[in-house]
Amino acid sequence: MDLSYGEEIESFREEVKSFLSSNWPPAEGGDKAEQLQAFRLKATDAGYLNRGVPKQYGGSEQAPDSLKGSVIGEEFRRARAPMEPAGIGTMMLVPTLLDRGEEWQKEKFVRATIQGELGWCQGYSEPGSGSDLASLKTKGELVGDEWVINGQKIWTSSAVEADYMFCLVRTEPEAKKHAGISYLLIDMKQPGIDVRPLKQMTGSSEFNEVFLNDVRTPKDWIVGNRGEGWLVSRTTLKHERAGIGAAGQSVALLQGLVALARERKLNGRPAIEDTEIRRKLAELEGYVRAHQYSSYLQMTKDLKGENPGVIQLMTKINSTNMGHMVAKLAMEILGDDGLAAPSSEGLMSLRGGDAGSAGRWISQYMSSLGVAIAGGTANVQRNVIAERGFGLPRDAAANKSSK
Amino acid sequence: MDFDLSDEQRLLQETVQQFLENECPMARLRELFDDETGYDAVLWKGLAELGLAGIHLPGEYGGSELEILDLAVVSETLGALAAPVPFLSHSLATEAIVAGGSEAQQARLLPDCASGERLATVAFAEEGGAWLPEQWTLDVSEGTVSGTKEIVEFGEQADAFVVGLAGGRLGVVERSASGVEIQRVEGADRTRRIARVSFDASPIEVLERSGPESAARVVDVGLVLLAADAFGGARRLVDMSVEYAKSREQFGVTIGHFQALKHQLANMAIEIEPARALYWYAAHAVDHVADDATRTAAIAKSHVCDRYSQIARDATEAHGGIGYTWEGDTQIWFKRAMFDRVFLGTPRVHQDRAAELAGW
Repeated sequence: MDLSYGEEIESFREEVKSFLSSNWPPAEGGDKAEQLQAFRLKATDAGYLNRGVPKQYGGSEQAPDSLKGSVIGEEFRRARAPMEPAGIGTMMLVPTLLDRGEEWQKEKFVRATIQGELGWCQGYSEPGSGSDLASLKTKGELVGDEWVINGQKIWTSSAVEADYMFCLVRTEPEAKKHAGISYLLIDMKQPGIDVRPLKQMTGSSEFNEVFLNDVRTPKDWIVGNRGEGWLVSRTTLKHERAGIGAAGQSVALLQGLVALARERKLNGRPAIEDTEIRRKLAELEGYVRAHQYSSYLQMTKDLKGENPGVIQLMTKINSTNMGHMVAKLAMEILGDDGLAAPSSEGLMSLRGGDAGSAGRWISQYMSSLGVAIAGGTANVQRNVIAERGFGLPRDAAANKSSK
Repeated sequence: MDFDLSDEQRLLQETVQQFLENECPMARLRELFDDETGYDAVLWKGLAELGLAGIHLPGEYGGSELEILDLAVVSETLGALAAPVPFLSHSLATEAIVAGGSEAQQARLLPDCASGERLATVAFAEEGGAWLPEQWTLDVSEGTVSGTKEIVEFGEQADAFVVGLAGGRLGVVERSASGVEIQRVEGADRTRRIARVSFDASPIEVLERSGPESAARVVDVGLVLLAADAFGGARRLVDMSVEYAKSREQFGVTIGHFQALKHQLANMAIEIEPARALYWYAAHAVDHVADDATRTAAIAKSHVCDRYSQIARDATEAHGGIGYTWEGDTQIWFKRAMFDRVFLGTPRVHQDRAAELAGW
C-alpha cells in the first residue's frame, strides 16, 4: 500500500500549479465570458482539459490517466479555476459521439459542445417510462429524408436553454422492446417543440417536460443504426458512471456540517458540544471516510486494469445515502430553523461563510432526495447490486417485459 | 497511488484460510463452540507455525517484521471464518512488549511468544467498561500488583498477562505467579472465551519504556484488528445470506426471487462493502500516518463494529427460523459481533474520543 502519488505525478502537479498561477484568475476588468473561453482553450492546449477528446475535434487527446486526471481536478478546484463547461453535452453526448458517431457528426458537434457554444438536453425518460426506460413510446417515422417525431419527454434538465436534444425514440414498432429504439439528435429551436418547466418541491425549476409534436430532424441525424439506440445510450451511461469524484463532495458536505454545528446553538450551547450531535458527526465521518477510501481503491483497480468488484455498483447509492444522512443531521442542528423555506439558490455552496444559512441546508434536505431519484432510483440500484453483484434472479416482471 | 493489498498480503490471507478450512472446518468449529473451554492448542500451534504468532514482531526475536496492515488482513480472514483462536490478544500482548519493553525485556519475552510456544494475552478492562489507559487504576507496589481485570480473552489458557497499569504503564504477570486467580466468565461469543483475572500481591515485571504512548499504540492496533475482524465477519454473513437466498425455496421458487429480500441483501452489502477500505486505511495509518492514527482507529472501530452488529441482526432475519436456532451457523457470527462491539470499548466510547480528538 502506497498512498503517495509518486514522483512523476508530483512533478506533473507542479506543472499544473505553475500553469494555473500564471493563467488564473484573469486580469480584473476584462470581458468575463471571453476570458473564460480563452482560459479553457489555453488549458486544453496544455493538455489539462478535454483530455479524452481527439485534437482534430478540439480536445487535447491525452492518454487516459486517472491519477493525472485527479491531480488536475484537485489543483483546478484549489485555484477555483473553471474546468470543462458543465452539462450533459460534455459529460454524455461527446463521449457517445466519439464512440459511435459518424465522422461528420463529430466534426459538427464535438468542438462546439466542449467549447460551450452548443448546449444539449437529454430526451430519455417519459411519463410512463421511468425505471422501465425501454418501454418508451415517443415515436419516430421516416418520411422522405426526415424523421417525424411525436411524443413526450420528462425530467429534461436544461431543455429551455438547450440548442439540441439527444433523444431515444421508438422507430421500429414491430421489433422487440429494446431493439425498437433509435438514438436521434434533434434541433430544439423549431416549431413543434414545447418546453414546460416543472416546479420542484424546493420551489425552483431544474427540470422540464418537453412535448414533441411533428418535430423534424434529418434522416442522418441518427447515432448508430436504426434499432441500436438502446446500446448507444448504454455507452453514454458507462461514460456517466466513469465520472467519479462524488467522494470529494461527501467530504465537503461533512466539513460544512461541522462548521454548521460550531455556529448554531442547541439548548443554549454550541451544537458541536451536544453529545448526540458529536456522536452522529463521528458516525457520519465513518461512512464518509469509508466512501472516500473506497474511491482510492477503485482508482487503484482502474489503474491496474482490474475489476473493483461489487463496490463499483454502489458508488451512486452510497453518495446519495450520505446526502440523506448529512441532510437529516443538519435538520437536527437547525432546530426550529428547520422550518425555514428552502433557499431559491438551489444547492448550497459549502465554501465561504454561508454554511450557516438555514435555507441552503433545507434545500439540501430536499434536493438530496432528487439526487437519489435522478439517473436511476436507489431501489433500481439495489436491484442491480442483487442481480449483477450477487447473481440473484432478475425480477420476474422485468424479465417478462424484455421479451 | 496503490491503495490495495500486495500479492504477499493476499497470499497470507489465502494461506490462513486454507489452513483453517482444513484444520477447523465447520464441524470442528461447532465442537469447539459447544466445548467447555473452547480452546484448541493444536490449532493455535499450527497457525503459529505459519507465523501468525509473530507477524509484526522484530525478526531478531523470531517475528516476520511485517506491518499492522498484515496483522489486520489476517484478522479479517479469522473473522470471516469465526476462528476460535487467541490471535487478537496474543498480538496485542506482544505488540505491548515491543512498544513498552526495553531491549533486554524484548529479547527475553518475545522469542517464545513469536514461536507460539507461550501464549500471552492482555488484561486491560476494569469494572464498568474502563478499557482505556487513562482509566486504568491498578498500581505497582514493591514489585507486585493487586486488583482485578475483566474480559481477559483466553485468560484461562494464557501463560502470561500484559496488565494495564495506572498512568498507561504496562507490566507482565506470569500465570504461575502467586496471587493470580483466574475465573471463567461465560460470554456469548464461544469462539473467544473470556475470564476475570485477579491479582493479590502478584509479582509483576513493569515494561521499562511503557507509558501513555506505548499504551495508546497498543489500543490503536487493537481497534484496527477488531475493525478488520468485524469486516471479515460481516462480509461472511452477507455471503451466507446470499447463498441461503439462492437455495431456500418458498412458493415454488428460491427466495432470492423476492425483491424485498434482494433489497435487504443489497442494503447489507452497501453498509459493509466500503468498510474494507476504511479498515485498510486505519491499519496503514498506525504505521505511516502518525498524526491521524489514533482518531482513524477510533472511527474505524466504531463504524465497522456498528455495521457488523446490524448486519448480524439482518442476516439472522434473512435466514428465517433456522437463523434463530443454536443449530444454525449465523448465531456464531452474531456473537462474534457482540464481542467485537464491546472489546476495547463500545462504538459510543470511540465516537466520543473521535469528537474530542477532532477538537469539536
